[in-house]
Amino acid sequence: MIRHLAGRAAFGGLVLLTLSVFVFVLFFVAPGDPARMIAGDKATEAQLIQIRANLGVDRPITEQYFRFLGKALVGDLGFSYRNQQPVAKLIVGRLPATLSLVIGGVLVWLAVGIPVGIMSARHAGGVRDRVGQGFILVGLSFPTFVLGMTSLYLFYFLPRQAGFTLLPGGGFKPFLPNPLIWAWHMILPWSTVALTNAAVYARLTRGQMLEVMGEDYVRTARAKGLSERTVVWKHAMRAALTPLVSQLGADVAVLLGGAIVIEQVYGLQGVGALAVQAVANLDRPIIIGVVLLGGLFIVVTNIIVDIAYVLLDPRVR
Amino acid sequence: MTVLEARNLTVDIPTEDGTIHAVRDVSFTVDAGELFGIAGESGSGKSVLTQAILGLLPTATIAGEVLLEGRDLLALTQHELQSIRGSRIGMIFQDPMSSLHPYYSIGSQITEMIQVHERAERQAARRRVVDLLARVGIADADQRFDDFPHQFSGGMRQRVMIAMALVLNPPLVIADEPTTALDVTVQAQIIALLDEMRRERGTTVLMITHDLGLLSSIADHLMVMYAGRRMEIGPSGPLFSAPSHPYTAGLLASSPANYEAGAELVPIPGRPPSLLETPQGCAFAPRCLSAMAVCTQQAPPLRVYSDGIETLCWLESAPPDRAATAAEAVVPKVDTSSDIVVKAEGVRLAFGGGGLFNRNYRLEVLKGIDLELRTGETLGLVGESGCGKSTLARVIAGLIPMTGGRITLMGHDLSEVDPRTWQTLRKQVQLVFQNPYGALNPRRRIGAIIGDPYRIHAIASGKARKAEVQRLMELVGLNPEHYNRFPSEFSGGQRQRIGIARALALNPALIIYDEPVSALDVSIQAQILNLMRSLQRELRLTYLFISHDLAVVRHVCNRIAVLQAGQIVEMGEAEAIYSSPQHPYTRALLSASVVSPPRHGVSGRQLLHSIEADAA
Repeated sequence: MIRHLAGRAAFGGLVLLTLSVFVFVLFFVAPGDPARMIAGDKATEAQLIQIRANLGVDRPITEQYFRFLGKALVGDLGFSYRNQQPVAKLIVGRLPATLSLVIGGVLVWLAVGIPVGIMSARHAGGVRDRVGQGFILVGLSFPTFVLGMTSLYLFYFLPRQAGFTLLPGGGFKPFLPNPLIWAWHMILPWSTVALTNAAVYARLTRGQMLEVMGEDYVRTARAKGLSERTVVWKHAMRAALTPLVSQLGADVAVLLGGAIVIEQVYGLQGVGALAVQAVANLDRPIIIGVVLLGGLFIVVTNIIVDIAYVLLDPRVR
Repeated sequence: MTVLEARNLTVDIPTEDGTIHAVRDVSFTVDAGELFGIAGESGSGKSVLTQAILGLLPTATIAGEVLLEGRDLLALTQHELQSIRGSRIGMIFQDPMSSLHPYYSIGSQITEMIQVHERAERQAARRRVVDLLARVGIADADQRFDDFPHQFSGGMRQRVMIAMALVLNPPLVIADEPTTALDVTVQAQIIALLDEMRRERGTTVLMITHDLGLLSSIADHLMVMYAGRRMEIGPSGPLFSAPSHPYTAGLLASSPANYEAGAELVPIPGRPPSLLETPQGCAFAPRCLSAMAVCTQQAPPLRVYSDGIETLCWLESAPPDRAATAAEAVVPKVDTSSDIVVKAEGVRLAFGGGGLFNRNYRLEVLKGIDLELRTGETLGLVGESGCGKSTLARVIAGLIPMTGGRITLMGHDLSEVDPRTWQTLRKQVQLVFQNPYGALNPRRRIGAIIGDPYRIHAIASGKARKAEVQRLMELVGLNPEHYNRFPSEFSGGQRQRIGIARALALNPALIIYDEPVSALDVSIQAQILNLMRSLQRELRLTYLFISHDLAVVRHVCNRIAVLQAGQIVEMGEAEAIYSSPQHPYTRALLSASVVSPPRHGVSGRQLLHSIEADAA
């Protein structure tokens, strides 16, 4: 087991290394001169050369890469071209907003999606199934930005016009000192990120449940005289939800790398918003940092999913 | 004392295609302590019947009465039924692989049942389960309590299922095909265990099976079902020695175990009826060899005989025993001087490997196989699951490259042939697979499926190909007009005919049958076996026949090779293997296979009275 995990970790490291090479090359060949970004339009050629030398971008790409790699291994991702702040610190500063969004969002979408899926599956073909299917269809077909804008209009703009504040129009408030203020500000972002995903998970759960309810061991559970509640929530759920774990791992990892649209709509200063600004500014160190962070999240969540699977499914032990 | 009594039980299941009349007016009584058998082929309604008894069919319309110890189960609420399931009726299902929950330990799955019904103390419940597990033959039961189902073999899992069914000491245990998914040697052990447990505990057992022969040695009373109807019921002795219903007689006559080796089987012609319609007369009439004019027009009366047999049939005495009057046994002698089609010498196969970070492993599947096949003969390859018989077939067909040894096919060494020769050699070996449902692409027309060999080898096209395909369809007993139909429009037996037609297309030197009849009902099985034999006689084909069923192998094969753990432990003439098996494993296999019931005709049976069917 430990052997297996060590193998997975080593493989993850290899993935990150490859990723760093790709991103580095990609931005090295991309057009745009960082020196001009920093110095502005009026800078002289001599100034530009000086700046390039300071940044190290006049060296050969291999040298630049190994220099970057050496520093990155000890947690130094370089400095932003734009405001000269350390990239690592910038990213870490953005994590609370992103983490709040993702963790809260995941809890909401699981809390909605799984019960809807189970309800749908247990009454397959009936009225409750149609309601569930309707929810899935709506959730899947709503683009995030439309949903974000609409909810802002309904829950922020309209109440404001009527003269009261129902929910805030955006912004991120730290968890401390007042978690209530934090949660109040997160309600709209959470619901927005949750709706689409809840629909996806409802559909997955429904399919899994329908399959599992037809399994022989569910029939055995019934024949043992267990109540329908135990049959569904213990025997069927256990088998139906295990495959969802791998899907959840992938989704969480992607979101942690930046929920770009949602952070933008609600003015959350998260990793996604940072990435958008960095791309607009051609701020290479930040872009590379964000991409590697995303990669790291994917590698780590995959390892966590692996471990979770081993704990959940005795057959792979 | 009566434990279970069903009165005029009728089950209708609504589906998209219409209402399936799964069980029609079935009555029976099961006495305390007896083993009551229900036999029938797939679609006869036997499994639906038991699920209806347990209230596990929520969508079905159920009429009639089912009395368990005097209480009508059909009148109970779901909640009341829950308290009966498990505690008053234990269940054992067919497939122990899928019937146990893969994510919970076997111990917790059994104790869960005690907790639900009795609210027992945890340690006491555990002790009870461990004792019982040990009793049903699980070694080191205490340590294995926390193991998961996948850590047990099929037979061991079925022992766990039996323990689960017995743990609350229910007066009635229903066993639904308890041994069908198991190997023959394990089958015998499980049947013996069931019999022992019921005698020890006085449990009444209701056993459902498609295998009539299995019931002959253990059942006290027996009910034979067909198309949802109770065809025949009565004490097992007279029922087996002189079946009074043509269907029961037909089932027994379809089993190769009841014949001299090599005799032509007398199958039940046709196929089971659709359960969507209710025929006017007897449901079996279209397939019945003793049918009379009245059979298709009026529902048959119930005949009650002096020896306890009750039959739903127009006949007034037992139908003739057709197996006894079957054609003379002919085991074609194979000319030992005829050409060798395929010869295997020291064939070995090992799977090995290892990932980037994993340790290497090596698994030997075939450990030096020597055999040869001559033109016109049938070699049977027998062994239990996992012995390597299917793998050997694939190696001989060139589908899996071997890791050692030599295979010579029509004089060519397979390891040395060039791709061009290999392509022509491919035509010489054809395969027919076990599962007729999975082996045909459901989205292609059968004309295209059977015509594939002509297309792939560019032999015939257009009208010529169609004519060839239709000739083949006729040869295997399919209607050539069905050329454009899809596989889903055919029954299992017909699909197996399609597979055989495809295999025959290129006049192969060797046809490999991999368990060709084990997925089929016994009446259909006999039809396919007869077809295979007549094709072999007419076309002088060479067969390699793989099966776990010794009766079938003995029936069709000239020579038999017994395979155990990747090695041939015994090989010889079929009759020699049966009459004087040398290897202990062969003897174990033989003694485990079910013996055919004694048949000595009617003895002093008299028709007591007849009850006419209701005009409605």
